[in-house]
Amino acid sequence: MQAVSTASLPDIVFMLLFFFMVATVLRTEEEKVKVVKPKASEIEKIEKKHLIRYINIGPPQDRETFGSEPVIQLNDVFATVQDVQNWVDKERNTMREEEQSKMWVSLKVDEDTKMKVVTDVKQELRKATALKILYSTNERERTGSN
Amino acid sequence: MSRRSIPEINAGSMADIAFLLLIFWLVTTTIDSDEGIQRQLPPMQPPIENPPIVKQRNIYVVLVNGKDQLLVEGELMKISKLKEGAKEFLIANGDGLRYPNKGDVENFPIRTRVSKTDVAQKVADYTKAVEDATDENTKKAFEKELKKWEEKASAIRLLGGDYYELPSSALISMQNDNNTTYDMYIQVQNELQAAVNELRDEVSLDKFGITYDELKTRYERKPDDVKLAEQIEAVRSVYPQRISEAEPNETGNMYGN
Repeated sequence: MQAVSTASLPDIVFMLLFFFMVATVLRTEEEKVKVVKPKASEIEKIEKKHLIRYINIGPPQDRETFGSEPVIQLNDVFATVQDVQNWVDKERNTMREEEQSKMWVSLKVDEDTKMKVVTDVKQELRKATALKILYSTNERERTGSN
Repeated sequence: MSRRSIPEINAGSMADIAFLLLIFWLVTTTIDSDEGIQRQLPPMQPPIENPPIVKQRNIYVVLVNGKDQLLVEGELMKISKLKEGAKEFLIANGDGLRYPNKGDVENFPIRTRVSKTDVAQKVADYTKAVEDATDENTKKAFEKELKKWEEKASAIRLLGGDYYELPSSALISMQNDNNTTYDMYIQVQNELQAAVNELRDEVSLDKFGITYDELKTRYERKPDDVKLAEQIEAVRSVYPQRISEAEPNETGNMYGN
């Protein structure tokens, strides 16, 4: 019996490799704050990634330069609470008109952050009428489920 | 000089190399999935002049202080008990279906009966009102009412009979301190959500044979499926999700710490 030719195997695997390389979206943004997400059980996924904009809040990665107080990161720069409204408007304009009302803002907040800064950001989002938000979390089991 | 054909390069290991590359890629890329607790913020509104007085029994008050301690309905509570507490709030006076109005538990909301005949009457009334409406604004208002009652009618149909609904003012109110940690805040939100979700799952499993979560997933896949939409609406009318957050005040400190 003749052995099956494996000559095309590398090609097949390379195709797979290329497929994955193309299909995975690389994060272009640099994470400048350190975020350990809290865990929750009642979570939902957002399917349409292109509708999501991210706000990161947490202590800076580079503590020696920026200290250890939690800061807000919008895209890849540090920002203050006052910048949030402008940022929302700008981000909204990058989306297609019919999708602008479907924008989600995902809050990636470090679990040890005090609520003050989060509440302030939420107020700014309300002012900018970006009302759909997602508290980004990791998954865990529901507690004491029967 | 001997003529030899150029020896062929052995390509056997090529596959292995490519596999290694593939595996390396798979391991190093973190697929950036985004999941979490979804919330709809209330729009910014000017403060209401005379806020309507809501009966104390219709509000489930959850306070979190700067030391991450919970005060629920005026009593200290552990986070592990919060889910059961919130469920109790929603079903203390009957769960709306199986033990309708089993009694009158003090300090918890009383459900009212939504009966088939009443709803049919209201639907008929509002259908007529919409037809008779002369200007656009009143027509729109009536149409909104009509839609509400039609939803109730379909809920009765799907649930197989009358049900009992919570008063419209019944809600779970949460307030946190500026010094509350984000983790605690998320845990409280999560437990409150879990209470509603578990109750919804029960009804959904009982009436439609699948969990509420599954209902929603199927609906997402087939957004034009009217039956699924109605089933979701029916479950929601028995256990509405009303988790509100108090407006942050000037100081943000609840106890002036």
